[in-house]
Amino acid sequence: MTQAVPAVVAESLTRVFGDFVAVDRVSFEVATGEIFGFLGPNGAGKTTTIKMLAGLLLPSSGRGSVAGFDIATQSDEIKRNIGYMSQLFSLYGDLTVAENIAFFSGMYSLPRLRRAERRDWALEVAGLAGQADRITRDLPLGFKQRLALGCAVLHEPSVLFLDEPTSGVDPLSRRRFWELIDTLTEAGTTVFVSTHYMEEAEYCDRLALMNRGKLIALDTPARLRANVREPLLELQTNDGPKTVEALRDLPGVLEAAMFGRAVHVAVTDRTRAERSIRSRLTERGLLLQSLQEVAPSLEDTFVAEVRAAGGAPVD
Amino acid sequence: MNDVSGICVRELTRRFGDTVAVDALSFDVHRGELFGIVGPDGAGKTTTLRMLAGVLRPSAGDASLAGVSVVANPEGVKQTIAYMSQRFGLYADLTVMENLDFYADLYRVPKAERAARVERLFEFSNLGPFKDRLAGKLSGGMKQKLGLSCALVHQPQILLLDEPTFGVDPISRRDLWLIVHDMVAQGVTVVVSTAYMDEAERFDRVALLYHGRLLALDTPTALSKALHGVVLVVELADARAAQRLLRDHPRVIRAVLFGDQLHVVVASAHEAPTIEAELRAANLPPHRIKAMPATMEDVFIERMSEAA
Repeated sequence: MTQAVPAVVAESLTRVFGDFVAVDRVSFEVATGEIFGFLGPNGAGKTTTIKMLAGLLLPSSGRGSVAGFDIATQSDEIKRNIGYMSQLFSLYGDLTVAENIAFFSGMYSLPRLRRAERRDWALEVAGLAGQADRITRDLPLGFKQRLALGCAVLHEPSVLFLDEPTSGVDPLSRRRFWELIDTLTEAGTTVFVSTHYMEEAEYCDRLALMNRGKLIALDTPARLRANVREPLLELQTNDGPKTVEALRDLPGVLEAAMFGRAVHVAVTDRTRAERSIRSRLTERGLLLQSLQEVAPSLEDTFVAEVRAAGGAPVD
Repeated sequence: MNDVSGICVRELTRRFGDTVAVDALSFDVHRGELFGIVGPDGAGKTTTLRMLAGVLRPSAGDASLAGVSVVANPEGVKQTIAYMSQRFGLYADLTVMENLDFYADLYRVPKAERAARVERLFEFSNLGPFKDRLAGKLSGGMKQKLGLSCALVHQPQILLLDEPTFGVDPISRRDLWLIVHDMVAQGVTVVVSTAYMDEAERFDRVALLYHGRLLALDTPTALSKALHGVVLVVELADARAAQRLLRDHPRVIRAVLFGDQLHVVVASAHEAPTIEAELRAANLPPHRIKAMPATMEDVFIERMSEAA
């Protein structure tokens, strides 16, 4: 899976807009064939980082490379060696499937000799063999997404950037999509996924979490979950929102949020917090029906890391 | 139906040309319930909510909200509900406070009640410090929270929210859920649509929608229990290799990756030793295998395959 030069390298990557530091000395490496997830609240600096890696924006300082090419001096080579696909990626709806593929073949300057072979491959992976003449607009969303992916990798890029790629598709199509990503990574493609959704994050080998321009965590989903030190309590009471209100400024309580009808409370110390929670609820006339410790979800982990790093940027 | 402050949907249908977007939907939402309409894009979620909000006329069937029919009295429906569409009309060149005032005027909220109402909405939305900011200058998550707050400046009996969490980061999503639950605690009936299966367990009951039809309707726990088979969660070093090995195995219904874990759906928990032996034989020894409740994704996929 790994080779001498990692597929993506960021070394103290920094970008400043006026006196605002959008990306602040971010360093990481992505191995060849890895599925690397990039998470963070809105305004955390994810998009700015991706733009620098894609050779669309020069760093203010620091350096980086993608597929072995320097992001500051070889942005043209980078653009030829990466693919990009997002939920909003626009195939041309009024063109046929074949016409869309031909359009992207032209855009990526694919040699004429290889076009037929790549077209057949794209049709195959999209599940559209024999349907090349269908109007793209009329395809179900899952097929459109796989066609968009096929078009984004017609030129066989070594690094593929995905932005919330499976947002809104049904779970079966989503699974097919990730199986397709799996075949690409087995063949050595490196995949860089930016998303707000834990459903997508779960598919990644490693996750990088950004907040306020900084990289605040980087590990496998399992280890990130295991790293959450603060106990998470699940409370059932007669009034969830009032419980959140009553607890969120209580010393020893780090976070209180609704989860379904239950309330999830992250605390510094279970025994002490339990005592103060019980007395605060009694004070406020709230009835505690149950209290138990639960395992943090990936989303709880995300929120805990962002909180530990000073909270989400306020706009 | 006897519960007049809930929602009663009967054979609700909407066609666009030859396409049947919503196909004879029937269900009830009880008063004070937090009800989820869950399905992928194109399932008919938005069309259903637009009909319930009285802004789109059904092709056939009817629905009543707090006893008011969307066919006979769409204007009456609009007065008893709050509806937040995906493109809620915020005024970009008005401030946060001016937007709230605008909607309060529109809904004729008495001046005396406004301050307390807005204060309550600020409590959970964390928008208070930004009340003088132009709505156009807010981030995506804050815009959603302002949209929801505007929809709630009057005291609706029923709240309809179309994909309120779409594109919103997990931090802002928590604020949105808190506002929603505050309404539920006050007795408001709330219907929320989402394409995200992992949000389904937050609802009292869930309607799974696909191609305009109801695949299933129940509490998240009941839906999970009704799944045919058992989900074995397998932890091992190379989950992908294990998936390739197991996905075509005759005893395996489905084998799906969840990050570094493999979810294997089998007929019963008695299959666990077979699965473990297969993995060991292929030199992929599992660290752990345990049976787990099905996720909403498992449920949805099973119902989809049955419906096909």
